[in-house]
Amino acid sequence: MKELLEIKNLSVSFNTLKGEIQAVRDVSLSLHEGEVLAIVGESGCGKSVLCKSIMKLLHDNAYIKSGSIIVDGVDITHYGRKDMERLRGRVFSMVFQDPMTSLNPTIPIGEQIAEAVRVHNPKMKKAEVYERVISMMDLVGIPDAEDRYKLYPYSFSGGMRQRSVMAIALASEPKILLADEPTTSLDVTIQAQILDLLKSLQKKLLTATILVSHDLGVVSRVADRVAVMYAGKIVELGTVEDIFYEPRHPYTWGLMRSLPSLAKKGQELYTIPGMPPTLINPPKGDAFACRNEYALAIDYEEMPPMFKISDTHYAATWLLDERAPKIAPPVGSIR
Amino acid sequence: MIVKGMVIIMADVLLDVQHLTHFFKINKNITIKAVDDISFQIRKGEIFGLVGESGSGKSTAARCIMNVYRPVSGKVIYKGINTCDPVEFRQNKKLLQTSRQFIFQDSTSSLNGRMKVEDIIAEPMQIHHVRPKRGTLRSEAEFQLYYVGLDKSYLDKYPYELSGGMRQRVAIARALSMEPELLVADEPIAALDVSIQAQIINLFKHLQKEHGFSILFIAHDLAVVKYLCDRVGVMYHGRLVEVAPTEELFENPKHPYTKALLSAIPVPDPRLERVKGAVN
Repeated sequence: MKELLEIKNLSVSFNTLKGEIQAVRDVSLSLHEGEVLAIVGESGCGKSVLCKSIMKLLHDNAYIKSGSIIVDGVDITHYGRKDMERLRGRVFSMVFQDPMTSLNPTIPIGEQIAEAVRVHNPKMKKAEVYERVISMMDLVGIPDAEDRYKLYPYSFSGGMRQRSVMAIALASEPKILLADEPTTSLDVTIQAQILDLLKSLQKKLLTATILVSHDLGVVSRVADRVAVMYAGKIVELGTVEDIFYEPRHPYTWGLMRSLPSLAKKGQELYTIPGMPPTLINPPKGDAFACRNEYALAIDYEEMPPMFKISDTHYAATWLLDERAPKIAPPVGSIR
Repeated sequence: MIVKGMVIIMADVLLDVQHLTHFFKINKNITIKAVDDISFQIRKGEIFGLVGESGSGKSTAARCIMNVYRPVSGKVIYKGINTCDPVEFRQNKKLLQTSRQFIFQDSTSSLNGRMKVEDIIAEPMQIHHVRPKRGTLRSEAEFQLYYVGLDKSYLDKYPYELSGGMRQRVAIARALSMEPELLVADEPIAALDVSIQAQIINLFKHLQKEHGFSILFIAHDLAVVKYLCDRVGVMYHGRLVEVAPTEELFENPKHPYTKALLSAIPVPDPRLERVKGAVN
C-alpha cells in the first residue's frame, strides 16, 4: 500500500500571553491509501490541532516548531496560503464537528455543493454541475435530491446536514478526508447511519480517512488503525485489534476501563485519577506518569521512546522496556 | 389485602406522572406534540432513565415535571401534591422548590459567569432562607464542593476558570446544597470526556446508594443508562413506547424502536462491530 501522508516528528505550538502552549509534541504518523486512521484522546490532547495543522487551518499564533508533513512524496511543511489553496479540496477535505456552523444558512444546500464542484472544475457547464450535485447528494444518501436541491440548511435535520457537509467535502474527490468528530452532535441511530455511510463511501471512493473521535465505540466501528493521543503526544499506535484486544499503554487501559459499556453493573467505574497536564510547561518525563498507577521512577525523569511490539503496534511506555517489571494488563480480556 | 398492597406500592412512589401532554404552537396551523400522553412513576431511591433521540420530548417532559413549562394536560404528582395545579403549587412552593432540583446539560450556560463558585453554591440557601448546617455559607459551600470531589481552592474561582467536568460538578453541588429528594438531570454528561464521564457517573451512583436520592436521568447514551439506571423509559416522537427494568429492556426489548436504538450503539469491540456492519 502506498503512503499518502507522512508526518515526521511534528511539533506545533501556540504563542499566547501565558507562554508557549505545546499542543502537538513530536508526533509521527503515516496514512496509507484507502485506510481509516482514528485518533482518540481526551479533549485538549491535541487531536484537532494535529488535523488542522495538516490542513494549515490554524490561527496566526500557531506555528510548526519542527518536523515535516509529506503528502504524496512532496514536503508541504512550509507551504504558504496560495500553495495550500491548490491542495485543499483536491488532496484533502475536512468535515467538521458541527454541521450547522460549517453550512451557510442563507444559501440553499444544492448551491453550496455546486459551489464546491465549480471551484474545482471551473470549466464545467451549468447543467453538468447540476447533474454532479444531484449525483453527490445521491451518493451520500440524501433522498429526493432534486427536490432538496433548493432547500435551506434549517429545513434539514442534523444527520442530513452532516450528509450535505460530506457531499461538499467529497465533491472535489479528495485523496484524504479529515473528519473531526463528525458524529458527536448526532443521535445514536443517526450516528450509526453516518458511520456506515463513511465506511461505504471510503470503500467506494478509496479515500484515506483520518477520523478524530473521543468515542471508542465509534472508533471500533470504522477504523482500521488507531492512534491514542495524550498531552500532545501519540502514546500508542496500532491496528484496531491491537488497541482493543491487546492494549499496552496504561493510558489506553485507563480509557478502556472507564467505559460504562464494559463495566459490570454494581461495580464502581474506574476513573483515571487527576487531571491532564497543562501544555504550557509539560512535565519533563512521561506526561501521564503522575496519573499512572503503574508509573516507574524513570517515568518522571525521561520520556519513553516508542517501543515496537509488533510490525503494526507501537507504544510509548517504559513498561515495555526489558528491565521493567512485568505487569498483567487490567484490560484486554474483552474478547 | 390487594388494596393494602396497592397502598404500600403507592406510598413508595415519589413522583407520579399521569398522562402528561405538552404542545408547542408554532403558528395557527402547526402544533408540535412534544410530549404526548406519557405516564410513568419514579419510586423512592430509584434512578429512572429516560432515553430517546433528540427531539423525542425527553427534555420537555423534564421541564414539565420541574414546572418550567405548564403542561397542556395531565398531572404530575410529587409526594401527593399535584404540581401542575397553580393553587397547589403556591401552597407548597417552598417544599417543591427545595426538594426537587434540576441539573442542566450545558453547565456553561447554567452557571452565572459573574459569580464565584462559592456564591453559586450558596445562592439556593440564601433564596430559600435555609440556615446552613455547617455554620457559615462558605463552609457549607466548601462541604458541598468536597462532596463532589473538588477542594476548597475552587471556592474563589469563576466558572470560566474551570473545565467542563468541574463546571458540571459545581452545578451538581449547587443542586445538592438543598439536599433534594428528587434530582432531575437533563443529559448531565453528554458534553463531557470519557474519563470525566466516569467520575460523574460514579458520583450519581454514590448519591443514590448513600443518600437514597431519586434521580430522573435523561440521556441518549445507552451504555451509561444500562450501567446506572434501575428502570428505563424509551421515548419516541413524544410518546413513551416502553418502560421496563434495565436488564429486561436490554435483554428483551419489545418495541421495534428500542431494538433499533440498541443495535445502533457502537460497542468498543472491533470484531463485533465488523459482524454488525456486514449484517447491515
